[in-house]
Amino acid sequence: MTALAGLTAVLLGSAVALIFFYAPVDEDGLNQKIFYFHVPIALTAYVCFGWGALKAFLHLWKRVPTADLESYVAIHQGVIFGAMTLVTGSIWARFRWGHWWVWGDEQLVLFLVLFLFYCAYFMLRFSVDPGPQRANLCAVYALFGVVLIPISFLAIRLASSYIHPTVFTSSGPQMATSQFATFCVAWAAMISLAYFFYRFELAGKRLAADLKELRELLA
Amino acid sequence: MSTEEKYVAAAYLVVLLVVLVYVMIMAAKLSRLGRDVAELTALVRERRRAGEEPVSKPAPKQVKVG
Repeated sequence: MTALAGLTAVLLGSAVALIFFYAPVDEDGLNQKIFYFHVPIALTAYVCFGWGALKAFLHLWKRVPTADLESYVAIHQGVIFGAMTLVTGSIWARFRWGHWWVWGDEQLVLFLVLFLFYCAYFMLRFSVDPGPQRANLCAVYALFGVVLIPISFLAIRLASSYIHPTVFTSSGPQMATSQFATFCVAWAAMISLAYFFYRFELAGKRLAADLKELRELLA
Repeated sequence: MSTEEKYVAAAYLVVLLVVLVYVMIMAAKLSRLGRDVAELTALVRERRRAGEEPVSKPAPKQVKVG
Protein backbone atom coordinates (compact mmCIF):
# COMPACT_ATOMS: atom_id res chain seq x y z
CA MET A 1 0.00 0.00 0.00
CA THR A 2 2.87 2.39 0.85
CA ALA A 3 4.57 1.61 -2.47
CA LEU A 4 1.32 2.27 -4.31
CA ALA A 5 0.87 5.59 -2.47
CA GLY A 6 4.44 6.55 -3.39
CA LEU A 7 3.94 5.58 -7.03
CA THR A 8 0.72 7.61 -7.15
CA ALA A 9 2.43 10.66 -5.66
CA VAL A 10 5.33 10.39 -8.14
CA LEU A 11 2.97 9.97 -11.10
CA LEU A 12 0.77 12.89 -10.03
CA GLY A 13 3.80 15.13 -9.51
CA SER A 14 5.25 14.10 -12.89
CA ALA A 15 1.90 14.69 -14.59
CA VAL A 16 1.57 18.22 -13.17
CA ALA A 17 5.19 19.01 -14.11
CA LEU A 18 4.70 17.71 -17.67
CA ILE A 19 1.40 19.56 -18.08
CA PHE A 20 2.76 22.95 -17.06
CA PHE A 21 6.42 22.75 -18.16
CA TYR A 22 6.57 20.30 -21.07
CA ALA A 23 3.30 20.10 -23.00
CA PRO A 24 2.95 23.03 -25.41
CA VAL A 25 0.02 25.43 -25.33
CA ASP A 26 -2.02 24.79 -28.48
CA GLU A 27 -4.66 26.89 -30.28
CA ASP A 28 -7.16 26.25 -27.45
CA GLY A 29 -4.92 28.30 -25.19
CA LEU A 30 -4.08 27.73 -21.55
CA ASN A 31 -7.59 26.39 -20.96
CA GLN A 32 -6.48 23.24 -22.79
CA LYS A 33 -4.39 22.33 -19.70
CA ILE A 34 -7.68 21.22 -18.09
CA PHE A 35 -7.93 18.49 -20.76
CA TYR A 36 -4.91 16.65 -19.25
CA PHE A 37 -6.81 16.02 -16.02
CA HIS A 38 -10.40 16.11 -17.22
CA VAL A 39 -10.16 13.35 -19.85
CA PRO A 40 -8.02 10.93 -17.74
CA ILE A 41 -10.44 11.43 -14.82
CA ALA A 42 -13.40 10.65 -17.11
CA LEU A 43 -11.69 7.55 -18.53
CA THR A 44 -10.80 6.43 -15.00
CA ALA A 45 -14.46 6.81 -13.99
CA TYR A 46 -15.40 4.51 -16.90
CA VAL A 47 -12.74 2.00 -15.76
CA CYS A 48 -14.06 2.08 -12.18
CA PHE A 49 -17.66 1.53 -13.30
CA GLY A 50 -16.49 -1.26 -15.61
CA TRP A 51 -14.49 -2.86 -12.79
CA GLY A 52 -17.51 -2.62 -10.50
CA ALA A 53 -19.66 -4.32 -13.14
CA LEU A 54 -17.04 -7.06 -13.64
CA LYS A 55 -17.01 -7.76 -9.90
CA ALA A 56 -20.82 -7.76 -9.90
CA PHE A 57 -20.75 -10.31 -12.72
CA LEU A 58 -18.29 -12.47 -10.75
CA HIS A 59 -20.59 -12.28 -7.76
CA LEU A 60 -23.57 -13.48 -9.79
CA TRP A 61 -21.71 -16.07 -11.82
CA LYS A 62 -19.08 -17.59 -9.53
CA ARG A 63 -20.38 -16.37 -6.16
CA VAL A 64 -16.97 -14.96 -5.27
CA PRO A 65 -17.45 -13.99 -1.60
CA THR A 66 -15.50 -10.72 -1.81
CA ALA A 67 -16.95 -9.58 -5.14
CA ASP A 68 -19.96 -7.69 -3.74
CA LEU A 69 -17.84 -5.42 -1.53
CA GLU A 70 -15.27 -4.93 -4.31
CA SER A 71 -18.03 -3.99 -6.76
CA TYR A 72 -19.45 -1.47 -4.28
CA VAL A 73 -16.06 0.14 -3.62
CA ALA A 74 -15.24 0.33 -7.36
CA ILE A 75 -18.57 2.03 -8.07
CA HIS A 76 -17.93 4.43 -5.19
CA GLN A 77 -14.61 5.38 -6.82
CA GLY A 78 -16.38 5.72 -10.18
CA VAL A 79 -18.86 8.18 -8.67
CA ILE A 80 -16.06 10.24 -7.10
CA PHE A 81 -14.17 10.39 -10.41
CA GLY A 82 -17.45 11.01 -12.25
CA ALA A 83 -18.17 14.03 -10.04
CA MET A 84 -14.67 15.37 -10.73
CA THR A 85 -15.23 14.85 -14.47
CA LEU A 86 -18.45 16.86 -14.40
CA VAL A 87 -16.95 19.72 -12.38
CA THR A 88 -13.68 20.02 -14.34
CA GLY A 89 -15.60 19.72 -17.63
CA SER A 90 -18.00 22.45 -16.57
CA ILE A 91 -15.12 24.77 -15.67
CA TRP A 92 -13.54 24.13 -19.08
CA ALA A 93 -16.88 24.70 -20.84
CA ARG A 94 -17.59 27.94 -18.94
CA PHE A 95 -14.48 29.52 -20.40
CA ARG A 96 -14.62 27.94 -23.88
CA TRP A 97 -18.36 27.89 -24.59
CA GLY A 98 -19.52 30.55 -22.13
CA HIS A 99 -21.85 28.05 -20.43
CA TRP A 100 -21.39 25.72 -17.47
CA TRP A 101 -23.53 23.08 -19.15
CA VAL A 102 -24.97 22.46 -22.62
CA TRP A 103 -28.03 20.21 -22.63
CA GLY A 104 -27.85 19.76 -26.40
CA ASP A 105 -24.56 17.84 -26.26
CA GLU A 106 -25.10 14.05 -26.24
CA GLN A 107 -21.87 13.15 -24.46
CA LEU A 108 -22.43 15.55 -21.59
CA VAL A 109 -25.99 14.39 -21.02
CA LEU A 110 -25.11 10.70 -21.36
CA PHE A 111 -22.26 11.04 -18.90
CA LEU A 112 -24.63 12.77 -16.48
CA VAL A 113 -27.14 9.93 -16.92
CA LEU A 114 -24.38 7.38 -16.24
CA PHE A 115 -23.26 9.33 -13.18
CA LEU A 116 -26.81 9.65 -11.78
CA PHE A 117 -27.49 5.99 -12.52
CA TYR A 118 -24.57 4.97 -10.34
CA CYS A 119 -25.49 7.55 -7.68
CA ALA A 120 -28.85 5.76 -7.44
CA TYR A 121 -26.90 2.51 -6.84
CA PHE A 122 -26.16 3.77 -3.32
CA MET A 123 -29.84 4.50 -2.67
CA LEU A 124 -30.62 0.92 -3.65
CA ARG A 125 -27.78 -0.52 -1.58
CA PHE A 126 -28.63 1.35 1.58
CA SER A 127 -32.36 0.76 1.33
CA VAL A 128 -32.00 -3.05 1.50
CA ASP A 129 -30.80 -4.95 4.57
CA PRO A 130 -27.29 -6.42 4.25
CA GLY A 131 -27.27 -9.99 3.02
CA PRO A 132 -27.38 -12.14 -0.13
CA GLN A 133 -30.51 -10.39 -1.44
CA ARG A 134 -28.86 -6.96 -1.31
CA ALA A 135 -25.71 -8.32 -2.94
CA ASN A 136 -27.72 -9.86 -5.80
CA LEU A 137 -29.85 -6.74 -6.37
CA CYS A 138 -26.78 -4.47 -6.38
CA ALA A 139 -24.90 -6.80 -8.75
CA VAL A 140 -27.76 -6.82 -11.27
CA TYR A 141 -28.06 -3.02 -11.05
CA ALA A 142 -24.30 -2.54 -11.53
CA LEU A 143 -24.41 -4.79 -14.61
CA PHE A 144 -27.25 -2.80 -16.17
CA GLY A 145 -25.27 0.42 -15.74
CA VAL A 146 -22.26 -0.87 -17.62
CA VAL A 147 -24.30 -0.79 -20.85
CA LEU A 148 -24.27 3.01 -20.61
CA ILE A 149 -20.45 3.16 -20.72
CA PRO A 150 -19.94 2.32 -24.44
CA ILE A 151 -22.97 4.45 -25.34
CA SER A 152 -21.54 7.41 -23.43
CA PHE A 153 -18.08 6.87 -24.93
CA LEU A 154 -19.32 6.42 -28.48
CA ALA A 155 -22.05 9.09 -28.35
CA ILE A 156 -19.75 11.83 -29.54
CA ARG A 157 -18.48 9.67 -32.39
CA LEU A 158 -21.97 8.66 -33.52
CA ALA A 159 -23.64 12.04 -33.10
CA SER A 160 -24.32 14.02 -36.28
CA SER A 161 -23.81 17.39 -34.58
CA TYR A 162 -21.82 18.05 -31.44
CA ILE A 163 -19.76 20.72 -29.78
CA HIS A 164 -17.71 18.53 -27.45
CA PRO A 165 -14.17 18.27 -28.85
CA THR A 166 -12.97 14.86 -30.12
CA VAL A 167 -9.29 14.17 -29.62
CA PHE A 168 -9.20 10.42 -30.16
CA THR A 169 -10.51 9.43 -33.58
CA SER A 170 -10.19 6.30 -35.73
CA SER A 171 -6.95 7.76 -37.13
CA GLY A 172 -5.37 8.03 -33.66
CA PRO A 173 -4.86 10.82 -31.15
CA GLN A 174 -5.20 14.29 -32.71
CA MET A 175 -2.36 15.92 -30.78
CA ALA A 176 1.41 16.34 -30.75
CA THR A 177 3.62 13.53 -29.37
CA SER A 178 4.58 15.65 -26.35
CA GLN A 179 0.92 16.28 -25.61
CA PHE A 180 0.05 12.59 -25.99
CA ALA A 181 2.93 11.56 -23.71
CA THR A 182 1.74 14.05 -21.08
CA PHE A 183 -1.80 12.74 -21.43
CA CYS A 184 -0.59 9.15 -20.92
CA VAL A 185 1.33 10.07 -17.74
CA ALA A 186 -1.72 11.98 -16.44
CA TRP A 187 -3.96 8.99 -17.14
CA ALA A 188 -1.50 6.61 -15.44
CA ALA A 189 -1.54 8.97 -12.44
CA MET A 190 -5.34 8.94 -12.30
CA ILE A 191 -5.56 5.15 -12.65
CA SER A 192 -2.95 4.80 -9.91
CA LEU A 193 -4.85 7.26 -7.68
CA ALA A 194 -8.12 5.39 -8.23
CA TYR A 195 -6.47 2.04 -7.52
CA PHE A 196 -4.87 3.42 -4.35
CA PHE A 197 -8.24 4.77 -3.16
CA TYR A 198 -9.85 1.44 -4.07
CA ARG A 199 -7.35 -0.63 -2.06
CA PHE A 200 -7.39 1.87 0.81
CA GLU A 201 -11.19 1.91 1.09
CA LEU A 202 -11.45 -1.85 0.63
CA ALA A 203 -8.93 -2.46 3.45
CA GLY A 204 -10.88 -0.10 5.71
CA LYS A 205 -14.20 -1.78 4.95
CA ARG A 206 -12.80 -5.28 5.51
CA LEU A 207 -11.26 -4.20 8.80
CA ALA A 208 -14.58 -2.67 9.87
CA ALA A 209 -16.41 -5.92 9.00
CA ASP A 210 -13.85 -8.00 10.95
CA LEU A 211 -14.18 -5.72 13.96
CA LYS A 212 -17.96 -5.92 13.84
CA GLU A 213 -17.75 -9.73 13.83
CA LEU A 214 -15.23 -9.69 16.69
CA ARG A 215 -17.48 -7.36 18.69
CA GLU A 216 -20.41 -9.76 18.18
CA LEU A 217 -18.29 -12.73 19.27
CA LEU A 218 -17.19 -10.92 22.39
CA ALA A 219 -20.68 -9.73 23.30
CA MET B 1 -3.94 36.55 -13.16
CA SER B 2 -6.00 36.33 -16.37
CA THR B 3 -9.52 34.86 -16.51
CA GLU B 4 -8.18 31.82 -18.37
CA GLU B 5 -5.56 31.20 -15.68
CA LYS B 6 -8.26 31.47 -13.00
CA TYR B 7 -10.35 28.79 -14.71
CA VAL B 8 -7.36 26.44 -15.04
CA ALA B 9 -6.43 27.02 -11.39
CA ALA B 10 -10.06 26.39 -10.34
CA ALA B 11 -10.18 23.06 -12.21
CA TYR B 12 -6.96 21.82 -10.62
CA LEU B 13 -8.02 23.08 -7.18
CA VAL B 14 -11.29 21.15 -7.45
CA VAL B 15 -9.37 17.92 -8.09
CA LEU B 16 -6.98 18.67 -5.22
CA LEU B 17 -9.90 19.49 -2.92
CA VAL B 18 -11.76 16.28 -3.75
CA VAL B 19 -8.62 14.19 -3.13
CA LEU B 20 -7.98 15.99 0.18
CA VAL B 21 -11.58 15.62 1.37
CA TYR B 22 -11.54 11.92 0.46
CA VAL B 23 -8.25 11.35 2.30
CA MET B 24 -9.59 13.26 5.35
CA ILE B 25 -12.78 11.16 5.41
CA MET B 26 -10.78 7.95 5.12
CA ALA B 27 -8.36 9.12 7.84
CA ALA B 28 -11.32 9.83 10.15
CA LYS B 29 -12.75 6.36 9.44
CA LEU B 30 -9.38 4.70 10.09
CA SER B 31 -9.03 6.65 13.30
CA ARG B 32 -12.47 5.37 14.40
CA LEU B 33 -11.41 1.82 13.53
CA GLY B 34 -8.24 2.32 15.56
CA ARG B 35 -10.34 3.36 18.56
CA ASP B 36 -12.54 0.27 18.06
CA VAL B 37 -9.47 -2.00 18.00
CA ALA B 38 -8.17 -0.40 21.20
CA GLU B 39 -11.57 -0.80 22.87
CA LEU B 40 -11.83 -4.47 21.90
CA THR B 41 -8.24 -5.14 22.99
CA ALA B 42 -9.02 -3.60 26.38
CA LEU B 43 -12.16 -5.74 26.64
CA VAL B 44 -10.25 -8.96 25.89
CA ARG B 45 -7.52 -8.04 28.41
CA GLU B 46 -10.15 -7.31 31.04
CA ARG B 47 -11.82 -10.68 30.46
CA ARG B 48 -8.52 -12.50 30.62
CA ARG B 49 -7.76 -10.87 33.90
CA ALA B 50 -11.16 -11.94 35.19
CA GLY B 51 -10.37 -15.51 34.12
CA GLU B 52 -12.88 -15.57 31.30
CA GLU B 53 -12.45 -17.08 27.87
CA PRO B 54 -11.98 -14.27 25.26
CA VAL B 55 -14.40 -15.92 22.87
CA SER B 56 -17.58 -17.61 24.11
CA LYS B 57 -17.46 -21.23 23.00
CA PRO B 58 -20.67 -23.16 22.23
CA ALA B 59 -21.73 -25.70 24.85
CA PRO B 60 -20.28 -29.18 24.11
CA LYS B 61 -22.71 -31.46 22.33
CA GLN B 62 -23.80 -34.52 24.33
CA VAL B 63 -23.41 -37.81 22.49
CA LYS B 64 -24.22 -41.36 23.53
CA VAL B 65 -21.22 -43.50 24.29
CA GLY B 66 -21.40 -47.26 24.10
